[in-house]
Amino acid sequence: MIVLGIESSCDETAAAVVEGNCVRSDIIASQIDVHKVYGGVVPELASRNHIVNVAPVIETALSEAGVTLNELDGIVATSGPGLLGSLVIGLQAAKTIAWSTGLSFVGVNHLRGHLLAARIQDEDGTPVPEFPYMALLASGGHTGVYHVRNWNDIQCLGETRDDAAGEAFDKVAKLLGLGYPGGPVIDRMAGTPGEEVLFPQALRQKKSFEFSFSGVKTAVAQHVGHLDGPPTDEQMHAIVRGFQKAVVEILVRKVVLAARQKQVPRVVLAGGVAANSGLRQHAQMVCEENDLTLFAPPRKRCTDNASMIAYAGLLALEAGERSGFDISPKANWPL
Amino acid sequence: MKQIMKEAKFSISNESDTQAFGKRLAALIQKGDVIGLSGDLGAGKTFLSHEICRALGVPESQPVNSPTFTIINEYHCDRFPVYHMDLYRLSEPDELYDLGLWEYYDGDGVCLVEWFDKFHDLWPEEALMLRIHLLEGEARLIEARGHGRGAEILEKL
Repeated sequence: MIVLGIESSCDETAAAVVEGNCVRSDIIASQIDVHKVYGGVVPELASRNHIVNVAPVIETALSEAGVTLNELDGIVATSGPGLLGSLVIGLQAAKTIAWSTGLSFVGVNHLRGHLLAARIQDEDGTPVPEFPYMALLASGGHTGVYHVRNWNDIQCLGETRDDAAGEAFDKVAKLLGLGYPGGPVIDRMAGTPGEEVLFPQALRQKKSFEFSFSGVKTAVAQHVGHLDGPPTDEQMHAIVRGFQKAVVEILVRKVVLAARQKQVPRVVLAGGVAANSGLRQHAQMVCEENDLTLFAPPRKRCTDNASMIAYAGLLALEAGERSGFDISPKANWPL
Repeated sequence: MKQIMKEAKFSISNESDTQAFGKRLAALIQKGDVIGLSGDLGAGKTFLSHEICRALGVPESQPVNSPTFTIINEYHCDRFPVYHMDLYRLSEPDELYDLGLWEYYDGDGVCLVEWFDKFHDLWPEEALMLRIHLLEGEARLIEARGHGRGAEILEKL
């Protein structure tokens, strides 16, 4: 089966063509430059750009894949969760194409896309995880531990009570004046050797799989407030190392704990924060200690993309699932 | 005619004080109320919103977490929908219109709006405004201010 997938749940307008679990094309109209100007993601601009971007992105995805609309077996779009004004654009584009071509159409959950992204076969032949696996999904909008028994049998074991992990990275970067997005710059600084400030890991001893990241953000703010003047370069690096360590350790601890408790031999990383090299290294180390196999998809498939949406939709279409043209985007849609 | 304005300060020494404050406030909230929360990063806006939502009866099955990324989280309790918003990532007034914020403010539910102060001029007159000051540890100072309906809530709080 060959399908076209469209993703527009927040920052990125993206379209991809997948065939089975292989990617034929994967296009993202990255809006990061637009956002940089404002020190944050600008949804109005994002949603306006979705309208501008959606048709060219679809056309590029089709031409790069070397297929035309009538060679497709179906069309997929993210239908939630996300920002309604953004979701509606990709979803409407997909419905319109489906209606005018008669293609099968299905709306998929953005989180399910992230959680299945590791199953997409990469060009270099890296092995993909079999079901079941324990997944850590950590991004700007979501952070949780998910027991993935099958593509359509996913259970959330716990999620964040307050901020998402990616949001903590962005806000701490903002607090320290490091710019947007916060993840890459913090990862770079944290990777340098040196001292680190000790920050609290909320809910560390709790047996639940919930997270809380507002406390560490507050702790960073209070630590900076106690310094005599703005942090020196050395102090800044120590703060950043300590912050990244606190976040990464708790993320890995919870997903590994869940895998052991549910006796699942595989751990999968998903979401934009899974692009963090500190997280990947620490997860690799702890998984090895616990006889678990870690699967960390390539970075381009961790951040928001359309191939994961196309793939999740393809599985649904193969199973006979269809959405009506009356489906609406859902801002909140827990798995 | 200028409406009555009321101001008050609340001292919070720990998390359970915040919880108690959230409960007292939730007991006074009615359909149509708009509550703004401001304060620096890490002050506890989302934490207080969480406590208010739980006290309003938003069930545990609906996670109440930061709407920074999604801009608008929607929850439901028995009495009305609760719109938990965050203007942190917005920078242009046009974006507020595009998101239809006024339809939410004048709508069928209750609005809790984090970082409302980014757009002070574009704020419903009768809203209750809470500014959370970050002190040491779990200690906070909440400065509250409201006109009309906002003042009415504050009178009883």
